Amino acid sequence: MRPLTWFAVGIYAFLHVPLLILCAFSFNSSRFTIWEEFSLEWYRQMFTDAQLGEAALNSLLIAAASTVLATVIGTLCSYGLWKKQAKWLSGSLYLSLVTPEIISGISLLAFFQWAFRHWQFQLGMHTVILAHVAFSISYVVLVVMARLRTAEPALEEAALDLGANEWQAFWLVTLPMLRPGIMAAALLAFTVSFDDYVITSLVAGVDSETLPMVLYAMARRGANPVVSAISALIFVGFGALILISERLQKT
Amino acid sequence: MKHLRAMFLAPSVFFTVVLFLIPLTIIVSYSLRTRGVYGGVVDPWTIENYARLFDPLYGMIMVRSVFMSLAATALCLLAGFPTALFIVRNEKHKSLLLNLIMLPFWTSFLVRTYAWMFLLRDTGLINSALIAMGIIKEPLPLLYNETAVIVGLVYGYLPFAVLPIFSNLERLDKALLEAAADLGAKPWETMFHVVLPLCAPGLRAAGVLVFIPCLGAYLTPDLLGGGKSIMIGNLIQNQFTTARDWPFGSAISLALMAGVMVLLIVLIRRDGEEAL
Repeated sequence: MRPLTWFAVGIYAFLHVPLLILCAFSFNSSRFTIWEEFSLEWYRQMFTDAQLGEAALNSLLIAAASTVLATVIGTLCSYGLWKKQAKWLSGSLYLSLVTPEIISGISLLAFFQWAFRHWQFQLGMHTVILAHVAFSISYVVLVVMARLRTAEPALEEAALDLGANEWQAFWLVTLPMLRPGIMAAALLAFTVSFDDYVITSLVAGVDSETLPMVLYAMARRGANPVVSAISALIFVGFGALILISERLQKT
Repeated sequence: MKHLRAMFLAPSVFFTVVLFLIPLTIIVSYSLRTRGVYGGVVDPWTIENYARLFDPLYGMIMVRSVFMSLAATALCLLAGFPTALFIVRNEKHKSLLLNLIMLPFWTSFLVRTYAWMFLLRDTGLINSALIAMGIIKEPLPLLYNETAVIVGLVYGYLPFAVLPIFSNLERLDKALLEAAADLGAKPWETMFHVVLPLCAPGLRAAGVLVFIPCLGAYLTPDLLGGGKSIMIGNLIQNQFTTARDWPFGSAISLALMAGVMVLLIVLIRRDGEEAL
C-alpha cells in the first residue's frame, strides 16, 4: 500500500509544517519572510512589551480562576450524574458544547447587558471569568465522566456497608480514583480558557484585554514577527500541557 | 444520597441555567422584537426579523456558508478516510500517529489560523519564496478569499473527521475482509463493497462533526477571508457590533442553532447516541 503511505505523509505534513515553519521563522533576524540569520530579537521584544505582559497576566489570572471553579463544579456535576441520570442537565451541557462560540458569546453579552439594568456592574474580568466557567464546565464533565464510566460502583457500596457515610464514600473512595481524570480535565479547561478569543472579546471590558485579543489585533494589523514568537511559545506551552493531560488520562 | 447529590448538582445547574439557558431565552425574545432607533431592543413583538433571513442579501451569505462548509466537510472526509485507514493498518505506532493528528488541534486556534496568514499573505512565505525563485513577479492573491477560508476550515477540523472514522475502522470485523479476498475480490473491490459501506456510520458522524463547527465558524473567515468571504458567524457578530441590530442578529443565531440541532437529532435518530 505505498500510495496510502504517501498520502498519509502528505496529510501529516499539511497538519504540522505550517506550525513548524511559523516557529522556525520566529528565530529569523529579518522582519520579512526571507531567512537571514538566527536571532532572538522578537523574543526580546515580546518580553519587554508592557501591553503584552499585562494581557498575558490577565489571561493567566482568568484561566486560573475559571479552571479552579469549572473543575470543582464539573467534577461534582459528573459525580451527581453518575449516581443518577439527569437528562435535561446532561443534554444542556452537551448542547453548550456544540453551540457555535459566536452564539454563546452574543447571548452572554445580551445577558450581561440585560443584567446591568438591574444590578450595578460592568463588563470586566469578572464577566470574562463567568463566561469561561460556563463553557469550561462541559469539557470538565466530558473528561471526568469518561473516567467515571470505568469506575467500580461496588467499591462505594462496600465503603457504605462498612459504616462510611455518603460524604466519606465520595471523599475517601471515589474522588482519589478520579484524581488523574480531574487533573486532565483541569489542564484542558485551562488551555480552552487561555486560548479563547471569540467569547472573550465580546464580554471583556476595558480593563480585561487578554493575550488572544492582543494577538488577534496584531495579526490583523499585518506581518509582525513578534506574533510568530508568541505563537511559538503558546504552541510549545500548550503541547506540554496536553501531553501531561494525555499521560494522566491513561494512568 | 438524595441530599448530597442535589448539593453536588446545584452549582452546575445554576451555571447552566443562568449562563446558558437564560441567555439563550433572551436571544429568543430579542429575535421577536424590534430594533430601536439607537440600536436598542424595543417593542412591538414581530416576526419581521425571521422574514429578513430570506432577503437575498443575507440569504446569499447563508447559502455561501453552507456551500463552503460542505466543501470543507467533503475535503475532510476525502483526506480523513485514507489517513484513518493508514493509522489502523499501523498496529505498532497507532497511538503515536493518532496523537500526531490531535496535537495541532490542541494548539491555540488563533495560532493555527495565524500560521496560514503567515504562509498565504502577499508578503507571506509562499509568495516570498516564489518571487525569490523568480517564478512570479507580483505576489499571488492567496489570502482573503474563499479558498483560503476552506483551507483554514479543513486545517482546523480535520481531526474531527479522522477520529470517528478511525474508531469505526478499528471495530471492523477483519474476517469479513478475509472472506472477501477468499471469494476472489480484488483489494479495491473489497474497499468499495465491504469497507466503505461498513464505515458509513463513522463517515456520517465525521461529516456532522466537521460540518457543524464549519457552519458556525467565525475566526477562520474573519482572519483568512477578508470582507468578501464572510460567513454566518461573521454576519451575527456584525449585527451585534457595528450594525447594532440585535433583534436581527438574534434571529440569525437561532436559525444557525436550529440547523445545528436538526443535524444532530437526525444523526442520533439514525445511529444512536454513541455515534458522537
